[in-house]
Amino acid sequence: MNQPLIEFDRLSVEIHTKAGIVRAAQDVSFSISAGQTVALVGESGCGKSISALSLMGLLPSAARVASGEIRYQGAPLTGQPRETLRRLRGNDLAMIFQEPMSALNPVLTIGEQIVEPLIKHQRLRPKAAWVKAVALLDKVGLARPDKIAESYPHELSGGMLQRAMIAMSMSCQPKLLIADEPTTALDVTISAQILDLLQTLQKSEQMALLLITHDLGVVAQMADFVVVMYAGRVVESGPVRAIFKHPQHPYTQGLLAARPVPGARLARLPSIRGQVPNPMNLPEYCSFAERCDQAQAQCRQGQPEYVSLGAMHQSACFVVQKREFA
Amino acid sequence: MLAADITGRKFTAMRAFVLRRVLAAIPLLLGASLLIFLVFAFTPGDFIDGNINLTAQRAAELKALYGLDQPWWLRYLHWLEKLLHGDLGFSMQYQIPVTELLGQYVFNSFLLASVSMVLYWGIALLTGVLAAVQPYSLFDRLLTLAVFAAMSFPVFFLCLLLIKWAAVDLGWLPVGGMLATGSDTRGWAYVHEVAIHMVLPVITLVMLQAGGLTRYFRASMFEALAMDFVRTARAKGLKERTVIFKHALRNALLPMIALAGFELPALFSGAIITEKLFNWPGVGHVHIDTLAARDYPVLMAFTLFLAALTILGNLMADIVYACVDPRIRLR
Repeated sequence: MNQPLIEFDRLSVEIHTKAGIVRAAQDVSFSISAGQTVALVGESGCGKSISALSLMGLLPSAARVASGEIRYQGAPLTGQPRETLRRLRGNDLAMIFQEPMSALNPVLTIGEQIVEPLIKHQRLRPKAAWVKAVALLDKVGLARPDKIAESYPHELSGGMLQRAMIAMSMSCQPKLLIADEPTTALDVTISAQILDLLQTLQKSEQMALLLITHDLGVVAQMADFVVVMYAGRVVESGPVRAIFKHPQHPYTQGLLAARPVPGARLARLPSIRGQVPNPMNLPEYCSFAERCDQAQAQCRQGQPEYVSLGAMHQSACFVVQKREFA
Repeated sequence: MLAADITGRKFTAMRAFVLRRVLAAIPLLLGASLLIFLVFAFTPGDFIDGNINLTAQRAAELKALYGLDQPWWLRYLHWLEKLLHGDLGFSMQYQIPVTELLGQYVFNSFLLASVSMVLYWGIALLTGVLAAVQPYSLFDRLLTLAVFAAMSFPVFFLCLLLIKWAAVDLGWLPVGGMLATGSDTRGWAYVHEVAIHMVLPVITLVMLQAGGLTRYFRASMFEALAMDFVRTARAKGLKERTVIFKHALRNALLPMIALAGFELPALFSGAIITEKLFNWPGVGHVHIDTLAARDYPVLMAFTLFLAALTILGNLMADIVYACVDPRIRLR
């Protein structure tokens, strides 16, 4: 079988704070193949962004990889010298963020910001880089790209800025684009256009896309493969059809049940009771047990192992384990 | 062509903006002059009252001579009229025109202040940025300690300590003054002599001022480094140096422009205590002497001069803002 582009291998990330150690990600394992779209799903603070940032080597200074590794084309990324990672960033691995309004430097023009990686990684001369930047802005569907290149961020709308961010991230034809909740700060119609653009570019450039989101509608539309995270751990992962048709983990089932379905007039949307556990103080057993309707005595004794549920589909749950092997 | 277009448009807007602000400064200055005049006119006592050797009759004669017996508004208008003709008044204590009195002293103060200002802005920029790049590191903690230690020193104590160590015990530097007594050096020897005399007062001023400014730079840079666009710059694979200096520092410097604007009057106002202790012939010295003698024409002219510099400093800060921050619209 082909070697995956990116492999997360039992990655654990700790954040050291004054109040104690936060285990932001624990034993996170999944892989991304070339050209594939993987969606990383979960609530705020479940470790999605931290996992992505450790892939980019952009963890905040208080955070560190405690164990496990991330491999890029078979070679480990974690523990590499900063310079090695810097050369990959913006070149092979690119990232766009949640708030396009604050993700661009307010005192530099859009063009000045797009040419930076071109000059840095592709050694283009400034003039050639500028021409390429304008072409990139055209490619992401911005009208009058030459004017846009000379504009400052405050002169553009959120949707235009996110397009400019995409143009910037695409500048060196990355193998992987990480999109960290790229549409959360945008309104619905704009967000649909941005997702369309990402999908089109992903196909034409044949790059892999790691989409971080909590919007299951987006996942269904975009993803090939879904990774569901809860309290720092991957609770279920599988091809998008399997996850949506046969969710196995009670948390995934809860998430899918909580989606509003157009046309269905329910008095109340189903919800998952209880609160996300404090990441400073995670239990030594399944961290979803306290909120789980199907929890049994065993669920409060140790972490569940992954159960394979057929083609690439696996879940970490004692209940699933029992059901499958009973 | 497009860039030139934008620059051209901005330049026209800038010219109109400066013109409007200069015009707006006129009523501001008039208001300031009235306020300054009123404060000094209604302060009980004046230069003549302060002289206890005068008979009542002689005092009345002198008041009539200087026009101090007239109603305040008439005196104000008279003062204003002279100001408009470039006459800042006549010092009662020194018996020379205020411009002549202040001229040399203000220059001496400016010399001292400009050298120390360049030094403490440079030091504060460097240390503040270094501390912000590695927050809570050993360097940052030591710096914070040093800053607060330096700031907590009383000025007079610091001056005396420096004089005791460097001038008296070690004998490396002169105790005070701007030139050695009876010196008549010329050319480079003169420059050298003044420079030697400046060392201790400059050290004092830098120690007192650099600390606070370092904290401003650190806070501003710290904030800039936490911005999302800095993360974007790193995600592009830029060198850390580029991230810090091109992306973060440019934004961190913006709030410092306003502070720099306020430094303009400080360049000319004189450091009263430091100048007094080092016997530096600066305007701070004159300020205290004229205040003690109630030589109001000098005090009024000097205060108005500083008010004008404050207005000018703010205007300059606004112009610089408009040049470096594209988000600022000139209105």
